[in-house]
Amino acid sequence: MSVLAYLIPISLLLGGAALAGFVYTLRSNQYEDPEGDSRRILSDDWDDRPKP
Amino acid sequence: MTAQMRPSMAVCPGCVAAPEGPVEAVPQEARLALSLPQIHCQACISGVERVLNAQPGVQSARVNLTLKRAMIEADPDLKATDLIPVLEANGFEAHELDLAALSDTNSDRQGRELLMRLAVAFFASMNVMLLSISVWSGASDATRDMFHWISAAIAFPAVIFAGQPFFKSAWTALRVGRLNMDVPIVLALVLALVTSLWETMLSGKHAYFDAALTLTFFLLAGRYLDFRTRAVARSAAEELAALEVPRAIRLEAGQEVEVAVSDLRIGDLILVRPGGRMPIDGEVAKGQSELDRSLLTGETLPIFAEAGHQVSAGEVNLTGPLVIRAEAVGEDTSLHRMTDLVAIAESGRSRYTSLADSAAKLYAPGVHILSALAFLGWYLYTFDIRMALNIAAAVLIITCPCALGLAVPAVTTAASGRLFKRGMLIKHATALERLAEVDTVVFDKTGTLTTGTPQLENLEDFTRRDLEIAFALAEGSAHPLSKALCAAAREAGLQPAEVTDLREHPGFGTEGRYKGRTVRLGRASWLGAKQGSQTAAWLETGTGEAQAFYFADNLRPGAAEAVAALHDAGKEVLLISGDAMGAVEELAARLEIRKWVAEALPEDKSQRIARLAEEGRKVLMVGDGLNDTAALASAHVSISPASALDAARVASDIVLLGQDLSPIAEACTVAQKAIKRIRENFRIATLYNVIAVPLAIAGLATPLIAALAMSTSSITVSLNALRLR
Repeated sequence: MSVLAYLIPISLLLGGAALAGFVYTLRSNQYEDPEGDSRRILSDDWDDRPKP
Repeated sequence: MTAQMRPSMAVCPGCVAAPEGPVEAVPQEARLALSLPQIHCQACISGVERVLNAQPGVQSARVNLTLKRAMIEADPDLKATDLIPVLEANGFEAHELDLAALSDTNSDRQGRELLMRLAVAFFASMNVMLLSISVWSGASDATRDMFHWISAAIAFPAVIFAGQPFFKSAWTALRVGRLNMDVPIVLALVLALVTSLWETMLSGKHAYFDAALTLTFFLLAGRYLDFRTRAVARSAAEELAALEVPRAIRLEAGQEVEVAVSDLRIGDLILVRPGGRMPIDGEVAKGQSELDRSLLTGETLPIFAEAGHQVSAGEVNLTGPLVIRAEAVGEDTSLHRMTDLVAIAESGRSRYTSLADSAAKLYAPGVHILSALAFLGWYLYTFDIRMALNIAAAVLIITCPCALGLAVPAVTTAASGRLFKRGMLIKHATALERLAEVDTVVFDKTGTLTTGTPQLENLEDFTRRDLEIAFALAEGSAHPLSKALCAAAREAGLQPAEVTDLREHPGFGTEGRYKGRTVRLGRASWLGAKQGSQTAAWLETGTGEAQAFYFADNLRPGAAEAVAALHDAGKEVLLISGDAMGAVEELAARLEIRKWVAEALPEDKSQRIARLAEEGRKVLMVGDGLNDTAALASAHVSISPASALDAARVASDIVLLGQDLSPIAEACTVAQKAIKRIRENFRIATLYNVIAVPLAIAGLATPLIAALAMSTSSITVSLNALRLR
């Protein structure tokens, strides 16, 4: 049963990482324009050089 | 526009999309906002952004496709009116938005907070559920205790953070001595956590940490759905208001200066061009014109205005430019005074209790009494306070209105989504429930059943020569009647006669010379004719009596269908208008509406609706004008078209976005179906309780049974709601 000592912290850490990731996306306004963002990736305006 | 893929240098398709610049934040202090109703693809986004960023003075521009809006950070002297023509030249329809009317930042923050709590509750409940499953499947002794302690460590902070909306709402209700749905929720959460902790300390078998968290998660999901529905409606309603940018042209020492309406002061001279709406109450200082008062009074006949004439905010100037001296601005205008009437009328409506509230009223005390009785009963039977408390907690968790919390929002979200697709905006939370009860529908005429644009009726009464003269004269004016005449003449395939010296007399009509004679087209009093009750323009060709062109209002598309469908559904339809007798009678006959009232004052309208309400009728009011606002607010539920005045849209529960009226009848049936679903959901939730509560009271409910009952009832309820789509 000693494997629990590793497994439980690992699973909690993984879940926590996902939660932190979600909070990050929420904080950085990534849900403001879901439709636009899904289409912006198709645009090739800045393919050759980064946007100034 | 369609999406066009330009040939790319990259060979690998993955590389085509790869180096997309870093995600930039939306300009925080955007000075300009444009509404772009027709953008729909990635090519539109890059097109608009390229055009805007190439403009001198624009620092950055970013398109939001979801809201169909562009936010622009620009130099202070750049105006939206400079950018709109550029966009339109490139094929993008654009309108200016008033940033002050877009207050979505606040509701945005609220939505984000709710989403955050939902995420935390989800994370915590999933982790605790994993631990609980191992307990249910047989973990014992020290392992079980350890799992319980870890669950407690996750559950306590998670519930304290995620449950805040419930704690706050329950506290506000308790402070004024009321019970709402949140009181049993909070009690269940607290009791579950405390008894579980106690059990854990005594290394007991049953802990309800997973139940407390799942409960929080499901209830927050209901809250979030509710919030989303309302946020969508609110932002669309705000967008409508923001499209009307309140600007006025003030004359300062002979110079025309564009200012915001809020900056106007009493005594200012304001220029109102033909087609413009009066921003203030005042007196005409200079100029002659005709005024369209239909939005204020429902009258379709334009009235004449010249120096010394009183005008009210909301009237539309038709023919000549007018200079107005402001006498009342802002809050004091007649437009704003109307809101007092609305406030009085609205007090009647706030008495409506929603289905959820009335369910809570029945439910909350019942739950408390049941769990208290279970506690008392078991305590007296065994004198074991630990066991009694455990059973009381189990009863509270099982009866907790988890499914009830989802029953209403899940259905209203589905129904509102469906109606939104048909162009209806449900603004008020309980509007759907009230719409379902409607048995009487009252329509306003001008601007609601009719579009407010006139249509020529008696083309065949005139000789070809007269028509050609009238056509030529009408072409020289921008008056709505002249435009209607031109349209009718063009449709009949006529050519304008050769009329020379064409001159428009603002407020009267147009004059010209035809074969040496003076010919005139204009209002009755100018040509010496007698004005009847119908909208008319008179033609004088110099060869006898003046003749009248009669005009009728255009029906709004779908008006006839809507009225017929409402009749078919067994609802009584009434027409109450401020317009003249003849016009109302004619329209009522055309739409087969048997009961109608003409020349009604705003107070008459709301009184008549109040009287109908006293008779026990549930009235749906459909109206658009300022004269309707009080009636809209006093009706059981109200609808206004998007073309209505801002005041009317604010007073109504539902806004109709398109031109078409036919969705009204459908909305009534959808609302009835939605209420049926809500009641079904209540019954499903009760059924689960009826099965699970005896188990809980008998002390047989394990945390596993609680979790099963809760999840299945919530999922059944949500699925039942989705059937509405």
